[in-house]
Amino acid sequence: MKPILLSIALASLLGTTAVAADAVKIGMITTLTGPAGYLGQDIRDGFKLAMDMDGGKLGGTPIELVVEDDGLKPGQGKQIAERMLGEEGIKLFTGIVFSNVAGATVPDIVDNDAIYVSPNAAPSNLAGKECNENYFVVSWQNDSLHESAGQNATNLGYKKAFLLAPNYQAGKDALTGFKRYFKGEIVGEIYTKLDQTDFAAELAQVRAAKPDVVFQFHPGGLGITFLRQYEQAGLTKEIPMVVAEPSMDGVILQSVGKAALGLNVSSHWNHDFDNPANKAFVEAWEKAYNRPLTSYAEQGYEAALAYGAALKATGGSIEDLAAFRDAMRKADFQSTRGKFAFGKNQHPIQNWYALKVVEGADGKMDLKTVGELFKDHTDPYAADCKL
Amino acid sequence: MTPQTEHSSRRLLPALAVLALLIALPYLAQATGYTAMTTLATRVLIYGIAAASLNLVLGYGGMVSFGHAAFFGIGGYTVGILYQHYTLGEPLFGFIPGTNQLLITLPAAIVVSGLFAAAIGALSLRTGGVQFIMITLAFAQMLFFLFVSLKTYGGDDGLIIRRANELPGLNMRDKQTVYYVCLAIAVLFALVLSRIIRSRFGNVLSGIRQSEKRMAAIGLPVNSYKLVAFIISGMGCGLAGALMANFLRFASPDMLHWTKSGELMVMVILGGVGTLFGPFLGAAVFIVLESLLSSWTENWQLGLGVILLFVVLYTQGGVQALLGRLRRRA
Amino acid sequence: MTLFLEQMLNGVQFGVMLFLLAAGLTLVFGIMGVINLAHGSLYMIGAYAGTWIAGETGSFLLGILGAFAAAALAGVAIEYLVVRRLYGRDHLDQVLATFGLILIFNQTITLIFGRQPLFVSVPAILDGSIEIVPGLEYPLYRLTIIVVGLLVAAGLYLLINKTRIGMLVRAGSTNRDMVRALGVDIRLLYTLVFGLGALLAGLAGFMAGPIMAVQVGMGEQILITTFVVVVVGGVGSIRGAFFASLFLGVVDTGLRAYLPGLLRHVLAGSEADALGAGISSMGIYLIMAIVLLIRPKGLFMPNS
Repeated sequence: MKPILLSIALASLLGTTAVAADAVKIGMITTLTGPAGYLGQDIRDGFKLAMDMDGGKLGGTPIELVVEDDGLKPGQGKQIAERMLGEEGIKLFTGIVFSNVAGATVPDIVDNDAIYVSPNAAPSNLAGKECNENYFVVSWQNDSLHESAGQNATNLGYKKAFLLAPNYQAGKDALTGFKRYFKGEIVGEIYTKLDQTDFAAELAQVRAAKPDVVFQFHPGGLGITFLRQYEQAGLTKEIPMVVAEPSMDGVILQSVGKAALGLNVSSHWNHDFDNPANKAFVEAWEKAYNRPLTSYAEQGYEAALAYGAALKATGGSIEDLAAFRDAMRKADFQSTRGKFAFGKNQHPIQNWYALKVVEGADGKMDLKTVGELFKDHTDPYAADCKL
Repeated sequence: MTPQTEHSSRRLLPALAVLALLIALPYLAQATGYTAMTTLATRVLIYGIAAASLNLVLGYGGMVSFGHAAFFGIGGYTVGILYQHYTLGEPLFGFIPGTNQLLITLPAAIVVSGLFAAAIGALSLRTGGVQFIMITLAFAQMLFFLFVSLKTYGGDDGLIIRRANELPGLNMRDKQTVYYVCLAIAVLFALVLSRIIRSRFGNVLSGIRQSEKRMAAIGLPVNSYKLVAFIISGMGCGLAGALMANFLRFASPDMLHWTKSGELMVMVILGGVGTLFGPFLGAAVFIVLESLLSSWTENWQLGLGVILLFVVLYTQGGVQALLGRLRRRA
Repeated sequence: MTLFLEQMLNGVQFGVMLFLLAAGLTLVFGIMGVINLAHGSLYMIGAYAGTWIAGETGSFLLGILGAFAAAALAGVAIEYLVVRRLYGRDHLDQVLATFGLILIFNQTITLIFGRQPLFVSVPAILDGSIEIVPGLEYPLYRLTIIVVGLLVAAGLYLLINKTRIGMLVRAGSTNRDMVRALGVDIRLLYTLVFGLGALLAGLAGFMAGPIMAVQVGMGEQILITTFVVVVVGGVGSIRGAFFASLFLGVVDTGLRAYLPGLLRHVLAGSEADALGAGISSMGIYLIMAIVLLIRPKGLFMPNS
């Protein structure tokens, strides 16, 4: 048994790195391995970018960012949080990509008087009755993504929609969210498998149903597979598609290329937003990283800005948690989205936009903002929150 | 691979020393400032229970089950579902009241996973060898997809258990208390398991692994023995799952995924197949390595893979055997 | 009717992809008695190497060669360095070792290619779709996959049944010791078989490139399904793997295409869809369980 103790001691030693005395530590628990690894990577690098642009600081306070991979395992995420809270005394957290990891990890963090700022997943079960004063979301509440897509389809005048999403909670929520704002008729609904690699059977059904529009929610690799097969089946020219941003991020766009042309996307942010904060962000990203800019990176960046604003207001102190929370709630930073505020349940109040995939001047596919879908949109769960 | 049936003071002494260390562990953790050691050790104990249960069929019974995560998950979901009905105040199936009492949920989890193990075992044991591996996998995958599509219980997002189950007189929100509860259960479990292994039942089970024909020839009901072992093993995994759900305050389909079955198997093999403490050791090595390497580098999978490969190629019989050989050499 | 025909073609195409993976796995499993969890990694390596080379050179053909070379090399290396030491060992050791290999390959690929999925276009000559029967347009690339798969199956049939190597393979799958007793260099045979399996997995990976996301972990997604094929077809049987692949491919596609519709006759729409998706995910596992209970040796093996 001795070697176990030895390795435990070793583990703890290695987990603790020496820091500048007055630096504030921020713990980032995110997914870096597996097919979804690029999501976590972009969130991390977006966050880091904000720090780099401020000379390793946020809001004038030196920051030490501690990053760890949760491997998309809820238990692993919880364990990491436990160590960061207990051993490293970290009080500020961010980074989780997936709702199920968040479900296991976030309650632990917020119950231990630490702050969590979500740069991505915001499941409904943490937005309503179970909202928490220590829990902030800078991305979006999950439903908003698909509500905006539903509104987009309605605005574009489509009458008959065909819906596809993976058979899991986020997929089902996607369809519910879409239907909430789509005024037309639903002519077909298919739940796909989470690990599906072939969509031919579903696409044949889509073709047979002859809808005006297809709405699908397949984030990451699934989305690449779906869109390619959609194009190869010759459907791209026949039936237009509306999606929300996770189904058409910068990486998917680069990967599917021409197969995405004409696609209607709804998003809370796009790289072409014409405001100084966004221009600075996009420029810095292109200089720092040689890969497509995704909304995940933007969300990581915003999370850093939100922390920066609060740290600036408290003069870098996190001793008084109530004061820090008050500072957080003001969201006093120049958002890349132009306008940003926290709602009652500390989820965003923000505008949603319609984007379209067009061919850029250089022949490359590009996402272009074409209109506004919602003004100051909030989520339906905020009303249940007692904060 | 021979089960350690010998029982002498030479074996008892190190066991007591280890126990003393485990009891002192939370204080050591406090004293050194590495407080997360306690929760890490809790995880090790829970996975140890699961791996030791799997080892009963795998190591002693020679039945390679690739679906034990199913029982782990069922144990976890039993706790989660009972808790959900407790908070909603509406009975399950209209007549089973929900509860948040550990003294009820743990036995419930053991019984429910035992029932599932009985059904799955009865069917699976009609095959053998590679077919057995695959059919246990098949049942586990079916249950996995079942829980993924159960929207009422969170589907793929899992079931959040906002407050851990209560145990009268103890504060189950305290990490040290949870650790000691898990330690007590693990010790009890190891004692029961060692009794089973050293009993006539255990001997017959080992006999069946070595030669099923011989045992059948003596007139023993081989299949009943195997089934009972399978059920006990499923119940142990269910217990571990229930503890894990309490520890994580969360149950998700992730607990039933085939990779979890694989991990449990890896822990058993890593520690030493067919030994009482091997699986606990294997769980410790696996969990600690995972945690150590991932806090060290983003590329932790590479390191873990190399270490596993090394263990297979250069140790005969896992870490337990390696330690034994080192001790003899010293 | 054309919809049904299209769905059947989709099923066959999925089945053919499964066959390319299952063929190698069933040989390694049947002849060497090795459970190779890292077979999916060979599929991934083929996909990455081929897709990358095709992307860099712009030549689909060079991509195929690259996929072949990388997968076969990796296969032979695995056999020579790891699997060879495990022939006499317990299945459990093989599981642990090849599990370790999965981790190593996944992380190495991440280190080399990064975390973002790779992409290769369908070559211009195979782009678009053709009208097979009036009213049924089918993507040319998918048809090509079916044709390639059937050609490989025919080639394997000839190799196994008409050549000396094939004879040894057949003998090896039924009686390993006999082949050894004949004084055949069994090690070389094993390496060859392993390399062949890797080659086919690499081919499957590369062909999947244009229609799927080439990403880390793609091998594990399809690995378990492949094992199901192998077991349903009968371990060690190429013929069994072929029929089981097509059978399961068609059943899986059929369930996904028609089950929710059928259920909608008896249940409310959304419930039917959720239940249908759940059952069709379980479909192949249910079939495997039933097959194993009725014919434990596999559906396409003579039950001796």
